[in-house]
Amino acid sequence: MADVLVCKDGEIAEGGVRVIQAGEVEIGVIRHDGKYYAYRNHCPHQGGPVCEGIRMPGVLDIIGEGGIFLQQDFDQKDIHIVCPWHSYEFHLEDGVNVCDKRIRLQKFKVVEKDGAVYINV
Amino acid sequence: MDTVNFRDLSVAETDTKTMLAHADQQSVQRRYEDFLIVDVDGHHYENMSYAEIFEYIEDPVMRQQAKYQGYGGGGIASATSGGGYQNLGGRVTRNPRVNAEVTPKDTHRDITLTKRWMDAMGIDIVCLFPTPMLTLSLTPRPEVEVALARAYNSWLCDKVLSAESRICSTLYLPLNDPEATYKMVKDFAGRKGVVGFTVVSPHYKAVYDNAYMKTYALLEEANLPLVFHGAYAWGGDQSLQLCNKFMAVHALGFAWFNILHMTNWLCNGLPERFPKLRVAWVESGLAWVPFLMQRLDNEWMMRSSEVPLLKRKPSDYMREMFYSSQPMEMVNNREALELTFKMINAETQLMYSSDYPHWDMDLPSTIYDLPFLSEPAKRNILGGNARRFFNLEPVVSELKAKRLAARASS
Ligand code: FES
Repeated sequence: MADVLVCKDGEIAEGGVRVIQAGEVEIGVIRHDGKYYAYRNHCPHQGGPVCEGIRMPGVLDIIGEGGIFLQQDFDQKDIHIVCPWHSYEFHLEDGVNVCDKRIRLQKFKVVEKDGAVYINV
Repeated sequence: MDTVNFRDLSVAETDTKTMLAHADQQSVQRRYEDFLIVDVDGHHYENMSYAEIFEYIEDPVMRQQAKYQGYGGGGIASATSGGGYQNLGGRVTRNPRVNAEVTPKDTHRDITLTKRWMDAMGIDIVCLFPTPMLTLSLTPRPEVEVALARAYNSWLCDKVLSAESRICSTLYLPLNDPEATYKMVKDFAGRKGVVGFTVVSPHYKAVYDNAYMKTYALLEEANLPLVFHGAYAWGGDQSLQLCNKFMAVHALGFAWFNILHMTNWLCNGLPERFPKLRVAWVESGLAWVPFLMQRLDNEWMMRSSEVPLLKRKPSDYMREMFYSSQPMEMVNNREALELTFKMINAETQLMYSSDYPHWDMDLPSTIYDLPFLSEPAKRNILGGNARRFFNLEPVVSELKAKRLAARASS
């Protein structure tokens, strides 16, 4: 296990992504709402660069009384990482696929210290 | 503390090679340079070239209309498939970004962009199809279908196929006009890169109409195959209009029109009337084939008197036809997929297709990584079967040739 320097705090803009090459492994470090998340940049579907797509809130169907469909809405509390190749979606918080819990992204621990951001690889 | 290489996406240039860097890694790891890969269904966005294509419209009045009004959305093709939001609200990023991609001036942009994604995936030869024109057959103006089909085919031959040996095509047939369909084959068979002809499946003409028989005979005589390319009709189809989600209309539509035409093809004995005409069914995935085989065999045993031309079960004829692989149904169904491969004689009848750059594209690894296929079967499906089906001269990509040379000298 080694701490790999990603950046000085603030170097990745809010909403931005830095893809780093740590030996053989490509890791996407995502900054969202001031927090950092690090995942292997490899999608379990067909191997796409999963961290290089967009982040989007999950979508909810709003169903009213009696099962009546009212509308859809974004769930701002549940941001998804969207793979750019075919749009498989993963929860930003834990990297678990939104359709099948058995599919997940490889997560790396992020450490913030002394004004810099590191990941534990 | 380690130091690392990095790139910040916010400042990265839009470039197909970067977007597909992981596909390139797969190509290197699996040594795709060791064998030919043919993609029997790749696409381009011909709408980026409308200005050039419209110049090829022979009728000067229609040409002026097209240049003034454009193609769909109020343009001269009027009603086409009706809507669609394939890029999922921006979730699939490659298509909106491609407009910003820089290409050299001395090569047609379609050739450069197509070769970039082919090289990244390890593909040597692609059979190229249009995008919006896949539903041109739904226009209420048959003369517009004919004019645009001729313009597109001429443009493609002149600007793309004649200039690049790794790109071939099966040209568009304007089925709403049987005479124009026949003339299309007469006029374009033999042009460089023309390896067959395409029926775009969403249309409302019956494939058994006697008016098409001379076209089938001509194709058979010319040893050129016929390809049915799936697509959807939304606004103009009363059944599919009941779908309110693109996922629904796409899942059904792309399979439905090929199910319909395959059924009519068999129930009218066309494989017996044109036994040497090679036929392929493209972009409907594979799961529909076992369904239809079982259903038609069951009915035929009871109603063979209705279709006396068929000498064997419908599934026997279906096993002799060809299929493209994408979008291959691969979620949680390895056994079903393996059985499907057996039922369609995949080792000799299945042809890999990417459908790139569309949203549900498949990489060659979707075939190469299947654990139940032998190495020769993989190579057949990834290239050998297509080479046989289209009578292709193998052309190896420059990149793969370089990799082979580097391996030989090391
Ligand atoms: S590779 Fe990520 S969604 Fe397909």
